[in-house]
Amino acid sequence: MSAPADPVRLGPNGRPIRPFVMPATLPGRLRVWRTIILRRITQIGVLLLFFATVHWGWSLAERPILVGNLSSSTLLGLVPMADPFAVAQILLTQHALEMQVLIGAGIVLLLYGLLGGRVWCAWVCPVNMVTDLAGWLRIRLGIRDMFHLNRKIRYVVLVLALLLSALTGVAAFEWVSPISMLHRELIFGLGLGWTALLGVFLFDLLVLKHGWCGHVCPLGAFYALVGKVAPLRVRFDAPTCTHCGECAKVCPEPQVLNLRQAAEAGMIASGECSNCGRCLPVCPEDTLHFDLRYRIHAARQPLESSSHQRRSA
Amino acid sequence: MPDAKTSRREFLTRMGQGGAVAATGGLIWSYLLRQQAHASPTGIRPPGALDEADFNATCIKCGQCVRACPYDTLKLARVGEAVPIGTPYYRPRDVPCYMCVDIPCQVACPTGALAPSLTDINAARMGLAVIDIENCLSWQGLRCEICHRECPVQGRAITVEHHPRKLSRHALFVPIVHSDHCTGCGICEKACPTDEAAIRVLPPKLVQGKLGAHYRLGWTIDTPVTQEFTPDTGSAAESGLRPPSGALDYLNEGGL
Repeated sequence: MSAPADPVRLGPNGRPIRPFVMPATLPGRLRVWRTIILRRITQIGVLLLFFATVHWGWSLAERPILVGNLSSSTLLGLVPMADPFAVAQILLTQHALEMQVLIGAGIVLLLYGLLGGRVWCAWVCPVNMVTDLAGWLRIRLGIRDMFHLNRKIRYVVLVLALLLSALTGVAAFEWVSPISMLHRELIFGLGLGWTALLGVFLFDLLVLKHGWCGHVCPLGAFYALVGKVAPLRVRFDAPTCTHCGECAKVCPEPQVLNLRQAAEAGMIASGECSNCGRCLPVCPEDTLHFDLRYRIHAARQPLESSSHQRRSA
Repeated sequence: MPDAKTSRREFLTRMGQGGAVAATGGLIWSYLLRQQAHASPTGIRPPGALDEADFNATCIKCGQCVRACPYDTLKLARVGEAVPIGTPYYRPRDVPCYMCVDIPCQVACPTGALAPSLTDINAARMGLAVIDIENCLSWQGLRCEICHRECPVQGRAITVEHHPRKLSRHALFVPIVHSDHCTGCGICEKACPTDEAAIRVLPPKLVQGKLGAHYRLGWTIDTPVTQEFTPDTGSAAESGLRPPSGALDYLNEGGL
């Protein structure tokens, strides 16, 4: 029984399944860690720009670089930006808003509409650093999930946030959001808001893997909807994939790696993919790459037409 | 089709369970929101702030007003402070509002929670100064009047009246606050020399009464008030300026 009948298992494409091996050399490892390093740079960089503009008076051409916080800000004293989900909640409380914040929300919506909605989650949101730490620790400590939770629950929370905004007359998620609390307190002085964040950390560490970002957060759900049309996607080169599953092991949203759907679309099409890029360097077959939706479509066009011809012939 | 029936039942049960969880969560959530939003706030808002409920709804908690303030007056509230979390306020005893004429905090506000309709800082009503006359030095008979001298709307928001006393003592020179000119900046509270400020700024709603339209201050009415007036049932009665006719008839008809 246990005799190695076929020591080399083959993938559906007929090639041998190889596991991902972490390179022994530092440059090799840095290559594997490249997306996580870049993500930390953008996350901390955005935070630093906010902090330094308020506390150290950082400016460019005598214009303050980035004033405010992730709820609403002004770039270089000129470009307004605002959290479109927060603005949507405020509008639902039936309060008129000034043009500045409406334009700001439009700009941010456009930005993440182009980059992939949940690029916010993986590349900007400061809570991601905390939940990533919890995720890393729970693997080290071998902690198992307490229960299963449907990942669609975040859309229910999203609808509840909008509904409660209309009913209570205040922006429902903004008033309890650990994201806003963390960011506000990092920039404008620490209070007890970090306890909300501690709750998120413990939930992710002890209760449910990727519990907050992957199941509950309505802001992530909002950007997942935005991401449905985003041009920047992870391309999937189906012929090279051996279904080894290394990508799904590191993916915080493994349901988006439905390989049958990915092969059909030529990319990870789901808006729930946060474009975090963890999967790219661990793929032993180099199957996954960042690419643009329309280029993927264009590349597949001749492929599809040829298959049509084959069928009709 | 027993299978279809059980699966439908299961589907409906699951829908019910999911709905119940969502409804319970929503109720707890809305309770938290209402509790925070309707806690009576004692914090003083920046100039131009909308009414508390509207301000709470409209403020996006970005802190751009805080950054714009050249005196570091404004703070964003943390958990358990005088106003709901994340919204801007200030404590006049620490740093008052120095009433910049260009109102930079209000200009910085992206949402209009600090209303852009406020263009004259003297029209701002951030709070209202109230005097504890039991601890005010001037009211005790000392010549203090620091609040009056520091007041940026001097002579209108705070005036000094003198009350004569016995022959051997000088008159009391007492500060009086006038709500139609006080902006609530809090410079008086900052300047007050007593251990705890004897003049302090509070949200007007917390300290102001309301007269009631049925009180007729005869000496302020232009038309003479005579015994011969007949209470008409027209618009004046509806507007509450005259007493209801029943009360007058009762007395005139010798009801007593």
